Amino acid sequence: MKKIFSFPKSLKKVPNHYCPGCGHGIVHRLITEVIDELNIREKIIAVAPVGCAVIAYDYWDFDCSEAAHGRALAVATGIKRVQPEKIVFTYQGDGDLAAIGIAETLYAANRGENLTTIFINNAVYGMTGGQMAPTTVLKQKTTTTPLGRGSNNEGPPLKVSEILAGLDGVCFVERNAVCSPAQVLKTKKAIKKAFENQLEGKGFSLVEVLSMCPTCWGKSSEEAVKWVEEEMVKSFPLGRIKG
Amino acid sequence: MNEKKKLSSGNEAIVHAAIYAGCKFYAGYPITPQNEIPALMSRHLGSIGGVFIQAESELAAINMVFGASAAGARAMTTSSSPGISLKQEGISYIAGAELPAVIVNMVRGGPGLGNIAPSQSDYFQATKGGGHGDYRLIVLSPASVQETFDLTVKAFDLADKYRNPVMILGDGLLAQMIEQFILPKQNRKITNQKKTWALTGAKNRSPNIIRTLFLKEGALEEHNLMLQNKYRLIEKNEISFEQYLTKDADILLVAYGTMARIVKGAVDSLRSQGIKAGLFRPISLWPFPSQALKAAANDKQKLLVVEMSYGQMLEDVKLSVAGNVSVEFLGRAGGGVPREEAIIEKVKTL
Repeated sequence: MKKIFSFPKSLKKVPNHYCPGCGHGIVHRLITEVIDELNIREKIIAVAPVGCAVIAYDYWDFDCSEAAHGRALAVATGIKRVQPEKIVFTYQGDGDLAAIGIAETLYAANRGENLTTIFINNAVYGMTGGQMAPTTVLKQKTTTTPLGRGSNNEGPPLKVSEILAGLDGVCFVERNAVCSPAQVLKTKKAIKKAFENQLEGKGFSLVEVLSMCPTCWGKSSEEAVKWVEEEMVKSFPLGRIKG
Repeated sequence: MNEKKKLSSGNEAIVHAAIYAGCKFYAGYPITPQNEIPALMSRHLGSIGGVFIQAESELAAINMVFGASAAGARAMTTSSSPGISLKQEGISYIAGAELPAVIVNMVRGGPGLGNIAPSQSDYFQATKGGGHGDYRLIVLSPASVQETFDLTVKAFDLADKYRNPVMILGDGLLAQMIEQFILPKQNRKITNQKKTWALTGAKNRSPNIIRTLFLKEGALEEHNLMLQNKYRLIEKNEISFEQYLTKDADILLVAYGTMARIVKGAVDSLRSQGIKAGLFRPISLWPFPSQALKAAANDKQKLLVVEMSYGQMLEDVKLSVAGNVSVEFLGRAGGGVPREEAIIEKVKTL
């Protein structure tokens, strides 16, 4: 009998620390499936963010570095430039990539660094307990926007993918979500493309993934999935933005 | 190629030394008075298969060095005081992750934007850690262009040996002054231990992880104790200093870096006037040569510390001699440099 589905080789068989209904586990797995399919595990160097996914290396079975908050793409630049034959990717949340690290993100993208970035957008700072993120949507309540994000106080959410897509050094930007099986499959396809681009030396690729954070959103897992599908996508429309 | 006599500035000597020492990665951000370093690195590093990046900020530069070092390359960044303050975040992470790196600070006047004149006001920041957490940099202080070259080469070796960031603490004067120095033969054998910890892809081995986060109970304390053990080893092995006419001296002057050059001149003048002065010059500022200084100060009437600051190394000198001998101070900062005449005058009042 032909085996068509199995546990990814690049994913460690360990218990998961993420909250019930969190999207990180799904994206962690998708990345390892892609790495296995492309047979590049031995060439991978990952850069983990500051945030809930800081200990991604507890799940991934390949080389990995931490980076200071927001500096993942500067660290990845240093790694890739001295080992251009390796496949280097960053895994970053919205606060990391789009607030404190926006300069590092913008400039790595603009230099056209031959890197892959997986950008988890869950519209909130999860690790620190639910503060406003750069991608918190208008009227969304967080611990630091108790009345909801206001358009003329905090300003509207930052659409980083659209900004990056305008840069010449960027070859591929796609926004996906992990709120349904169909979207999960689309996300995996985009992640694969983003790694293939690096293998082909095409430059900077970014996959934004709308992901659930039921704990900090104060929702059940089902409600969180629904909120991504019905509300979050209004601010962050899904689909290919560049490439 | 045989050794060559070169006429160059301290900044140029840093570049010669980095290339000679096998530096393969440089990232920096412009700031005076060290701009010749990135300019020359951009011109020369590519031709020896190295990488030069002008980063978008000091934060990015130091984190690029973090990445390059994590991937096994000899890596360097350079800056001056305000820029070094910005790099402190990354330096703390580099120290915590035990990555080798060479960081050059051509100190200028502070605080704040200050000015571009020479200063020694970053001594505390350099020698006491600088960023958050219990860590130490190895801090080397050259007093000439030749020594700038020699200590920078040594800095790369020490960084690899101890997996620890090493800082060259110069100043605006050292950066800009032009002197002769000897560039050795270029075919130096780099004594690179195999960096089995580096990120090179997990081929035929289990994954390597570069980290500074230790959440499990007791794990961070254990990590800190391991760092402390390393620092004790560095204190044992890497202390360096120079003594000039100290044996028969009545007055012992203590100064480092370019300040020590001026003090040396003062010592000569004082000797010609019949006053027995001598100079103790720490070369490694951390580890500080406490025992050697204590021994040198033992039979002296007075110590005089001279700095381009309002008394930073002074504290380490006082701790070293622990009240056994009285310690006087002469210092100027904010671009002021104690002159030879002022030092002589001060000694005569002691």
